[in-house]
Amino acid sequence: MAATAAPAAAAPRAALRFPGLRGLERSLMVYRRVWRGSAFSTLISPVLYLSAMGIALGSLVPRMTAFGNVPYIVFLAPGLLAAQAMQTGTSESSWPLMAAFRWNKTFEAMIGTPQGVRDIVLGHMYWLIVRIGVVTGIFLIVAALFGAVTSPTAILAWPAAILTGLAFSMPMAAWTATRKNEGSYNVIFRFIITPLFLFSGTFFPIEQLPAVVQPVAWLTPLYHGVALARALAFGQSLDPVALAAHALYLVALAAIGTLIAFRTFRKRLVV
Amino acid sequence: MPIEAAPRALIRARGLTKKFGSFTAVDAIDFDVAAGEAFGFLGPNGAGKTSTMRMIGAVSPRSGGQLSVLGTDPELNGPRIRARIGVVPQSDTLDTELTVLENLLIYGRYFDMSYAEARKRSMELLDFVQLTDRAKDLVEPLSGGMKRRLTIARALINEPHLLLLDEPTTGLDPQARHLVWDRLYRLKQSGTTLVLTTHYMDEAEQLCDRLVVMDKAKIVAEGSPRQLIERYSTREVLELRFPVGVQETLDGQLDGLGERVEKLPDRVLVYAADGEAAANSAHERGLRPETTLVRRSSLEDVFLRLTGRSLIE
Repeated sequence: MAATAAPAAAAPRAALRFPGLRGLERSLMVYRRVWRGSAFSTLISPVLYLSAMGIALGSLVPRMTAFGNVPYIVFLAPGLLAAQAMQTGTSESSWPLMAAFRWNKTFEAMIGTPQGVRDIVLGHMYWLIVRIGVVTGIFLIVAALFGAVTSPTAILAWPAAILTGLAFSMPMAAWTATRKNEGSYNVIFRFIITPLFLFSGTFFPIEQLPAVVQPVAWLTPLYHGVALARALAFGQSLDPVALAAHALYLVALAAIGTLIAFRTFRKRLVV
Repeated sequence: MPIEAAPRALIRARGLTKKFGSFTAVDAIDFDVAAGEAFGFLGPNGAGKTSTMRMIGAVSPRSGGQLSVLGTDPELNGPRIRARIGVVPQSDTLDTELTVLENLLIYGRYFDMSYAEARKRSMELLDFVQLTDRAKDLVEPLSGGMKRRLTIARALINEPHLLLLDEPTTGLDPQARHLVWDRLYRLKQSGTTLVLTTHYMDEAEQLCDRLVVMDKAKIVAEGSPRQLIERYSTREVLELRFPVGVQETLDGQLDGLGERVEKLPDRVLVYAADGEAAANSAHERGLRPETTLVRRSSLEDVFLRLTGRSLIE
């Protein structure tokens, strides 16, 4: 038993001290065990949506003249991509995060080691990037197989979708840290996430909405995510100013969410 | 009660205070822990033991006073202190989504150990806490004692000089407790400084070289278990248990049987240097208890004397 061996200070250390990396490692260690369980739904979900909405419903919809005269499925796919990122991100920052705070006490254990609040928040963010990246990456591949991808710039819709996911999930993470229990998640998903999913330009251009509610749609983050992903997926008539504005809005949300998360996580964990 | 600073104090607290809003959990306590000793906080639930441990462990900021751990201030150098100590929290914070071995591996990574190093150390520790054959199992099916041992192994991953244990055996059955005590005793023998909280006097007597008794956020006594018993109790205790209803009728008849007489709801404790002699004089006075027991004084008696209450209520 070497409990009294060399002082801990002399223990070999990894040369690189990259904040948040250990939290990601922990998530990946868990993911390595459970990925099979989520793989089926990750794969089947885009297949179901694209076949039902894209092909079946799409056969009733005329070509989208305002969007380069593309078939409906080509219009729909990037919208669904961004929406999928939103849903994956928010759900990863709800129940699983609450579990890490409350039931599994993952963070309480981490905070007793040299890891700090910043490492925990950034670790969660890296994990979100990986998880949203996997889900949206698979979505893009399936969409390509459905013939819904028409331009090589569609690959840029992938980081756009990940950014959309972060714009939702980092504020959500900050909020979860302030909650005692999971009671309010159903309300969030029912009254915020689902309406956004339906009315942010995912299935139809927001110009179809009554003129009075259109400005509301402009404020919703998913609208910007959808618009960004769609423009990049089509690769047509890219307006750099509009793209930058969409991206900036999403970056700002993700960044503000992260900064607030530093505070709320600290308040929750350091007492 | 002034405390001399120990020559090689690993922990030094002066006026250490923790408040949660208007509630004072720890009220200006002073103590020193020297390298290599086993130091205990004995007290009932809610006495402020856990709050004190969390401040020492550099996870909870203090509300007042001074605190130095391993020669530095936990508030300024939290990560540096946490890198060099081991913590066994009151509730096991094991990762239920990971296996026994993975729990140790990722914990080693939290200390920036390489995977190879963490794996080697994990295998040694699993052997030390006798869990090698459960390495690939998830945590949840493990018994309470096994989880506790795993938590102790996890706390040792970084080869700490200072190990903090918050209620190390609470909730364990006697056999599991003895196994934990045995491992802790070995650590103590190998020179690890142990700081533990407990509300079990037998645990404090078994493990602690020195302890402080805490009650209502304050330290009420300090010393080795033996010193405390000598100072606050007698060598022996005579326990008299009377038939139901009789104890209340004994007004005055118990006075002077020993140095001190303590009436508990279910029995009478007579503190005397010679318990047998006290029992004989009780018999001569015509007292007829249902049962008579003479035993040595314990820390429980010290606690009763200091606070007027039992440790476990």
